[in-house]
Amino acid sequence: MGTKIDRRLFLKASLTAGGALLVSVAVPGSSRAMSASLGHGTMADGGFQPNAFIKIAKDGKVTIVIGQSEMGQGVLTSLAMIVAEELEADWSKVSYESGPPDKAFINPLIGSQVTGGSTSVRAFFMPLRKAGATVREMLVSAAAQGWGVAPETCKAGNSMVTHAASGRSAGYGELLDAAAKITLSTEPKLKDPKEFKLIGKSVKRLDTPEKVNGTAEFGIDVNRPGMLFGSVQRAPVPRGTVKSVDDAPAKAVKGVVAVVNLGYGVGVVAQNYFAARKGRQALKIVWDEGSNATVSSEAILASYKDAAAKESGKAAKSVGNVATARSGAAKTVEAEYFAPFLAHATMEPMNCTADVRADGADVWCGTQSQLVVQGSVAKALGLAPEKVGVHTMLLGGGFGRRVGVDYVMDAVMLSKAAGKPVKVVWTREDDTQNDFFRPATFNKLSAGLGADGKPVFWHHKIVNGSIMGELAPAVFGFPFPADQMDDSSYEGAHNLPYSIPNFQVDWIRKDTGIPLGFWRSVGSSHTAFSVECFLDELAAAAGKDPLEYRLSLLDPKSRFAGVLKLAAEKAGWSTKPAAGVGRGIAVAESFGSYVAQVAEVSVGKDGSVKVNRVVCAVDCGQTVNPDTIEAQMEGGIIYGLTAALYGEITVKNGRIQQGNFNNYKMLRMGETPKIEVHILPSSEPHGGVGEPGTPPIAPAVVNAIFAATGKRIRSLPIRAADITG
Amino acid sequence: MIYISCPEIVLQEVRIVAKITVNKKTYETDADPSTPVLWIIRDEFGLTGTKFGCGIAQCGSCTIHIDGEPRRACITTLASVAGKEITTIEGISTASDHPLQKAWIENDVPQCGYCQSGQIMAAAGLLAKKKDPTDADIDAAMNGIICRCGTYNRIRAAIKQAAMQGGK
Repeated sequence: MGTKIDRRLFLKASLTAGGALLVSVAVPGSSRAMSASLGHGTMADGGFQPNAFIKIAKDGKVTIVIGQSEMGQGVLTSLAMIVAEELEADWSKVSYESGPPDKAFINPLIGSQVTGGSTSVRAFFMPLRKAGATVREMLVSAAAQGWGVAPETCKAGNSMVTHAASGRSAGYGELLDAAAKITLSTEPKLKDPKEFKLIGKSVKRLDTPEKVNGTAEFGIDVNRPGMLFGSVQRAPVPRGTVKSVDDAPAKAVKGVVAVVNLGYGVGVVAQNYFAARKGRQALKIVWDEGSNATVSSEAILASYKDAAAKESGKAAKSVGNVATARSGAAKTVEAEYFAPFLAHATMEPMNCTADVRADGADVWCGTQSQLVVQGSVAKALGLAPEKVGVHTMLLGGGFGRRVGVDYVMDAVMLSKAAGKPVKVVWTREDDTQNDFFRPATFNKLSAGLGADGKPVFWHHKIVNGSIMGELAPAVFGFPFPADQMDDSSYEGAHNLPYSIPNFQVDWIRKDTGIPLGFWRSVGSSHTAFSVECFLDELAAAAGKDPLEYRLSLLDPKSRFAGVLKLAAEKAGWSTKPAAGVGRGIAVAESFGSYVAQVAEVSVGKDGSVKVNRVVCAVDCGQTVNPDTIEAQMEGGIIYGLTAALYGEITVKNGRIQQGNFNNYKMLRMGETPKIEVHILPSSEPHGGVGEPGTPPIAPAVVNAIFAATGKRIRSLPIRAADITG
Repeated sequence: MIYISCPEIVLQEVRIVAKITVNKKTYETDADPSTPVLWIIRDEFGLTGTKFGCGIAQCGSCTIHIDGEPRRACITTLASVAGKEITTIEGISTASDHPLQKAWIENDVPQCGYCQSGQIMAAAGLLAKKKDPTDADIDAAMNGIICRCGTYNRIRAAIKQAAMQGGK
């Protein structure tokens, strides 16, 4: 999927109607012709697209238009920092805007305008530096021409160009007219990283002020003139459909203006949200529950176990000869690990506001995939994509959930039926039960130890459903054949860093009918648990310290070893933990970053687990905003710890058994451990930070429980009964 | 149907109009008196800083003050707030300069930010009662407010910082 970023860079500047300078920068993104939807920046032929926009107002204020979605990961600030650094903009006057859906904003690592895979900084670091640098050179040239001096004798800084020799200076805002006439450099000179003033420094987020006074606008906060409110009753079973509906009782509810049979559910449109909900409660619907009506968690687990025992699956990786090594091993260790379905549970439930008209449509929502939303809405309404406006609002959490378009379609179809703007807000129960879940995954692991205790073979069978098999045809619009390998099912397992001469990972794809999706850190959310806990079992079988055992299997210069050593040192691994406290360690690479965590855990006699402290070491390569990296590690740890301690979605008769925070529990303030984050200084290319904090925490905690109690947890979430039993 | 007998609610033809005070401003609404006040504040009065998260008082994103006490707007009916004084996130300071707001910025607390109105309202309720809260006080006051981004440790640090600066 990755598209190599070419060295060439194209840029075109134009003055907006308001007199502001608007610059679009083109980098190679795809072979398609560049979008003309923004009305500027058109290139002569295809192959290059703009992916960042800079606006400079006449008063010198710089606005960075960001095509990536802000869902808490700090991307509005981080990406703006990158542009501002090279632009030499006065940071105190920089602001941001969310961009429209446009090919200009295509994420070069993904190939669509998608915020996901912890890619934003990785994908846009160089393009945005070039964007900033080109505009800086343009402004310097404009000033130099005006003064009749050589550009090399001028300097940009703080949104001003100065010519020291003559003592002249001009603010960026004053240079716009002249700058627009400058022939642009295609190879701007980038700053020496040693001169960075913003990049690599902890900078306060730009979006905090609005998030502490109630003015931040999330999707749920949208208000349009004449807007109505909608609520949709979906089938009790995933993919069930409406057989018949008696809508008379709903229509009798005061305020209800329309009841719409959507096929997959029934929507009620009303003058206010409470009436829509009351109307929805009054609906009498007969469902065709379809083939998923008999699905249950017990049956899924039983069938997965059976498959792991009987089927060989397809090799995701095979090195050496596991079968031969098995027969020669001095000692063999076997174990089965299970990780359940999980819901995303973003704090802001799914919602969307749509205004569908005869000649076009607009939708306002939090989304991680603007072009998919635009294309899907256009297709559903029979409109050209450019007739569909997508207004990206702040996301009250994404975690992979807002890649889909299901919640967008609710509002679109209800607005179409009502002929007015409609805002649809899901209930928490709607949100939990109609998610695209993290795949439930069964693991059958076996390994053999040699006389020195080191593994001579490792065989890992992974049984789960395919996320891409679910989303590729349904959301992204391309086929995903049943026999195609899906990395997201086994990533983190097939690329184990440890030195093991005979190594095999097999994937057995078993779809269950339960919808699957990307859940923060995707495959690594469960593979880190199974492989890092099983490795701990091998260390115990070999009678070795878990840290020393890991290091003995790693290249000492590797980034895995680097973060392990740093986390262990900061956690005081070599010291004895306090009485009753167990310490566990785990490491994982995901999205180009390496994270090790040490967890300190107390276990009560009743099997209750209290995580007291987590020490996290991260090597994510070069940094942009270190405080944001720390925040993402903290958040990733809490997200993963919530899942480890509580997270479980179960199914009975096709029905998701959990609905709200009373039975799908979240970690709260009082249960939050002390968290220390240490960033390993690195000159490696950027890694992601949104997701990599999540994978190591479950195995670190489970390994700590083993250290404290001698009990090995092999099924999540961690249950007291598995510790006391 | 008789909903309620109360001086603030008067019968006008068939409409029942309630007068409620939010951030020291009086609003009128003829909404169904059993409507959770959350939706009235958000959809009728346009004060969208108060968020919907669960609808059953499990997450605290909708925390407001009713007569100075932190309450969950999602389970508080319109009828029950007649004559009472409501404060929302938009009303705790005039220039976003409440010590908690400043401490939130100083500690870069929010990530997605969705729950933070509720967090700040709960914290403001705590500081109004305890000028120097202990960790246990903070746990007790804040445990009802879920943050899915996991900003809890920064929230704790920000509350302590605001308390040190005499914040209420």
